[in-house]
Amino acid sequence: MKGQLILIPGRSSKQGVGLNKGKLKEEYIRVTTTLELSFEDAQELGLETADIVKISNHIGETEVQVKVLKEGKLPIGYAFIPYGPPSSCLFDGETCGTGMPASKGMTIDVEFIKKGVKKKTALPPKTAVG
Amino acid sequence: MNNEIRIINGIVFDPTNNIDGKVVDICIKDGKIVSEVSKSAKVIDAKGMVVMPGGVDIHCHITGPKVNLARKLMPEDHRLDPHFKTPNTQSGSGGIVPSTFATGYRYATLGYTTAMEAAVPPLTARHALEEMYDTPIIDNGFYVLLGNNLFLQSLIAEGRFAEFKEAVAWWLNATKAYTVKLVNPGGDEPWKGHKNLNVKSIDEDSKATDIAPRKVIEAFIDAVHELGLPHPPHIHCNNLGHSGNYDTTIETMKTAGDRRLHVAHIQFNSYAGEVGKPPKSASKEITDYVNEHQNITCDVGQVMFGKAMFMTADAPLTYLLRGYKKEKWVNADTECESGCGILPFDYQGMIYTHALQWAIGLEIFLLSKDPWRIVLSTDHPNGGSFANYPLVIKLLMDYEFRKVAMRSVNQKAMNSTILGELKREYTLNEICIITRAGPAKCLGLKDKGHLGVGADADVTIYDMLEDKEEMFNAPRYVMKSGQLLIADHEFVSDYTDKKVLRVAPDYDKEIEKVIKPFFDDFYSVNYQNYAIQDDYLHGLGKVIGTKKKNSIYEN
Amino acid sequence: MSAASKDIKVVNEKIVENATCTFCGCCCDDITLTVDMDKKVITKAKDACVLGKSWFLNHVIEDKPIARIAGKEVPLDDAINEAAKILMDAKFPILYGMSDTVCEAQRHCAPIMDDCGGTIDTTTSVCHGPSGMAFQGVGEPTMTLGEVKNRADFVMYWGGNPAEAHPRHFARYAVTPEGMYTPNGKDDRTVVIVDIRHTKTAGVSDIFLQLKPGKDFELLWMLRAACKGVDIPDDCKDICGVEKEVVEDLFQRMKNCNYGVIFFGMGLTMSRGRHFNSGALMALATDLNEFTHFVAKPARGHGNVTGADNVVSWQTGYPFGVNFSRGHPRFNPGEFTTVDTLSRKEADAALIIASDPVANFPKPAIDHITSDKCKLISIDTKNTPTSEAAHVSIQTSTYGINTGGTVYRMDDVPISLRPAFDSPFPSDLEVLTKLRKKVNELSKKANRPYATKKYM
Repeated sequence: MKGQLILIPGRSSKQGVGLNKGKLKEEYIRVTTTLELSFEDAQELGLETADIVKISNHIGETEVQVKVLKEGKLPIGYAFIPYGPPSSCLFDGETCGTGMPASKGMTIDVEFIKKGVKKKTALPPKTAVG
Repeated sequence: MNNEIRIINGIVFDPTNNIDGKVVDICIKDGKIVSEVSKSAKVIDAKGMVVMPGGVDIHCHITGPKVNLARKLMPEDHRLDPHFKTPNTQSGSGGIVPSTFATGYRYATLGYTTAMEAAVPPLTARHALEEMYDTPIIDNGFYVLLGNNLFLQSLIAEGRFAEFKEAVAWWLNATKAYTVKLVNPGGDEPWKGHKNLNVKSIDEDSKATDIAPRKVIEAFIDAVHELGLPHPPHIHCNNLGHSGNYDTTIETMKTAGDRRLHVAHIQFNSYAGEVGKPPKSASKEITDYVNEHQNITCDVGQVMFGKAMFMTADAPLTYLLRGYKKEKWVNADTECESGCGILPFDYQGMIYTHALQWAIGLEIFLLSKDPWRIVLSTDHPNGGSFANYPLVIKLLMDYEFRKVAMRSVNQKAMNSTILGELKREYTLNEICIITRAGPAKCLGLKDKGHLGVGADADVTIYDMLEDKEEMFNAPRYVMKSGQLLIADHEFVSDYTDKKVLRVAPDYDKEIEKVIKPFFDDFYSVNYQNYAIQDDYLHGLGKVIGTKKKNSIYEN
Repeated sequence: MSAASKDIKVVNEKIVENATCTFCGCCCDDITLTVDMDKKVITKAKDACVLGKSWFLNHVIEDKPIARIAGKEVPLDDAINEAAKILMDAKFPILYGMSDTVCEAQRHCAPIMDDCGGTIDTTTSVCHGPSGMAFQGVGEPTMTLGEVKNRADFVMYWGGNPAEAHPRHFARYAVTPEGMYTPNGKDDRTVVIVDIRHTKTAGVSDIFLQLKPGKDFELLWMLRAACKGVDIPDDCKDICGVEKEVVEDLFQRMKNCNYGVIFFGMGLTMSRGRHFNSGALMALATDLNEFTHFVAKPARGHGNVTGADNVVSWQTGYPFGVNFSRGHPRFNPGEFTTVDTLSRKEADAALIIASDPVANFPKPAIDHITSDKCKLISIDTKNTPTSEAAHVSIQTSTYGINTGGTVYRMDDVPISLRPAFDSPFPSDLEVLTKLRKKVNELSKKANRPYATKKYM
């Protein structure tokens, strides 16, 4: 499944917490590789939470994990990702004479790669009481 | 290493010690003026040159949060006036609000060695001290804005004057300030809290003002007198810039009774005429009062044509001025304490009001009977840059030059003043008083502004030139604490061992229990993080002692 | 078990009151730290938000070399000498970062670049640099945060998400505090959020406007026009995604409040328009002063980026993107800002202080700074992609945890830090003082030509 969306990178408190624990550590990597999609876009693209997708543009590409939000949380056609090395792969160095790369509002291609591991919600099986 | 210097053959002006253009030796050792030095002293031959103490600027805006906002505002102005790096000095930016390194070097280039930052809010005073540390050469100090301090105003409103005095002393210590600054007292609350109003009279006691400015002014004058600060409350009067404001100024001076008061940039408060109509000159009324009352000192706040920058805690005034020409404008409210307005400006000789302001400043200088108490400033950068001081000096010393200058500006303004009739020409001795000896006395700085034994060896040597602007623009030698900084017009070394002048009056520590609850309720920083630690002085702090006085003439 | 036989564990514990958290621009100075002095860790950070807690509690003294050249451990002075040589030998050395350190250290940066004729830039250029540029064009009515606490009855956040980026902003400064003229806290205020997505912040607002992405300027300009008496257009919703009636209501609320404030964030500076967006907002706040007292404030991110702004401004006259090649400061965003000097492959040496461009910058810039065409020097408090890629890497102690000094809150209020425990690593101040001295020595020997223009 392929499609195009507009990417909005930003800060999040989980990204901030992960940053303090260490940029090379698992938590920060997990947070900054999570791509939030609107409910409607996920349906359109046939994607579910935990799916691994490739996002790319003319600058670069990276693999991230999908998280589908509830209806109305994100405008249709837009995706959100916390700032980090994965989103930086896609930033153009062009600053239009301002020093600031336009990181919010890049068009990206989104391509399904594989199913990921969903977070467990079920209780572990009962153990025998001895 | 021998740090002795002997300056010989120079024509010395030292009005504090009654030396008026005499050729005498000046001896320097260990950073101080001494009576004699050994034969191995370095000799500077100042033949044909004028020797004066280093200049003292009693009122300028050069360090601190509002200055930095103004710096950030004007990249185009900086670019027109780069300050180049030299082997001995750092680079910077010039223009109407120079960067800190450039500020120090440029004051030194004029022969100034002390400059007092005229207005800093307590909450951000650390910033002013940090900038002072990055301002080379010149000694500094600052006046802390307390006139619109809500806590202090509430003590005044409740008549708790004993506690008020202790609290003022606490604030002076907490901020490392030199004295109290009042700017448009009572004017902050109408501006911030009542949709941009202002106070119009010093007796205004409306809901918007909460407390009449007169009560605030009187309370500070009394408290500072009791504390014996070397410099009295330094006041930017209400109604600054408005036609007809001279009576506010006189009423303000009257509140002092026989107590000391310093009126800042008095030119801006010397206007006759009706509110809302073009102003007229009231320089005579103002100078008559100051001449007759020895407890009053003032700096002129001379307007000079060309670029300026309004940079003042009188936020409502700045907004009003913005209305004339919608320039970029900055307003910065400081919680519980103060406000600030910043507006780039241009004084033009052909405009009636600007030409009138220029003329009024000169009238004040020329009508002054006491150069010790009516001293030079341009309220830099509000009336123009300090770079204009040599031109002001020439205008005061050279009547013919002044006449020519008058002919090239708005004639309606000239005809409404008596400037043309004032033929007085300042002497070099009087110039020395209004730029050094007088400000030092007004500030209570016993070691500055003179060349007597014990004074700081801050010395400027000028070539004696016919053209006084050229003369004062480029001293041949400048020394700070006995160290030669400028020789033959060039910087020979940098200098960072400057002093931060402050006061530390005693106070009853119990007052902190009264102040703290207000902080807990209404400030956004914790009380324990507010008072400034000694570290911010970087070992450069110098405490000037306190002593009650009713005029600059008392010892 | 009797009380007498209970084991009593003795911990060498220190309490630091009124400590300041430097993780975000809120610089909350009311944190109480509990420090285990034996293990050299902070075990509690009372009153800190989730970001602050993670900032304090995750800080450990790592067992790592202080200084490395090409990955090999060396004495600190060797690393400093090598760094100084690299900077002096380079044709276009740059210095970037500065935000995660104290002003006392920051003030050595511009003089270092002055001596080697380099370029200095701070993280401002990729944060609120555009707001700084807008400020140069239109100015700004602004305030300290206590004014919001005491007076603001209209509080708006535009293009920012304080619930995630400045978690205590609401509670400590802008919404819930009971101030002098806002004794009922949130009940005395109207909170409005303008954003393109429904964030956690939107969840606690009174009014949420979900704007079409890239249409901030249009909506701001409509409000500016309203200040001049121009009606909100009928096709408002098509233009910016918000109904005309909602915008009209918003305008009336802004006009009629007693003290209004707009905080704004990266939603404006990082999207199409950049400084035009910030400028439109600051100009709107100015316009509203025709009716009432109105202010605006960029919500600054990292702890001391505001300090870096202030220090570079007072030393050079310009806030960021400053070049010294000609012997005096020149300001030119786009020319001397770091994303540009790296993306265009101009810098041949980069001194990166207290920041991590290798992790955060656009790919073309990362490619260059990690190539052999650009010698990379890193001074930082922890392992990052930048420090790992550096030719010279110096590890320093952390401000606000190991060392004191001054930081500037988002509203330019300077606050002193209270460190918790010391560190075997040198401070940024120590390293930069030494580096400045060394670069100065080398620059005097280099006998560079100086301009002799007399400037007075």
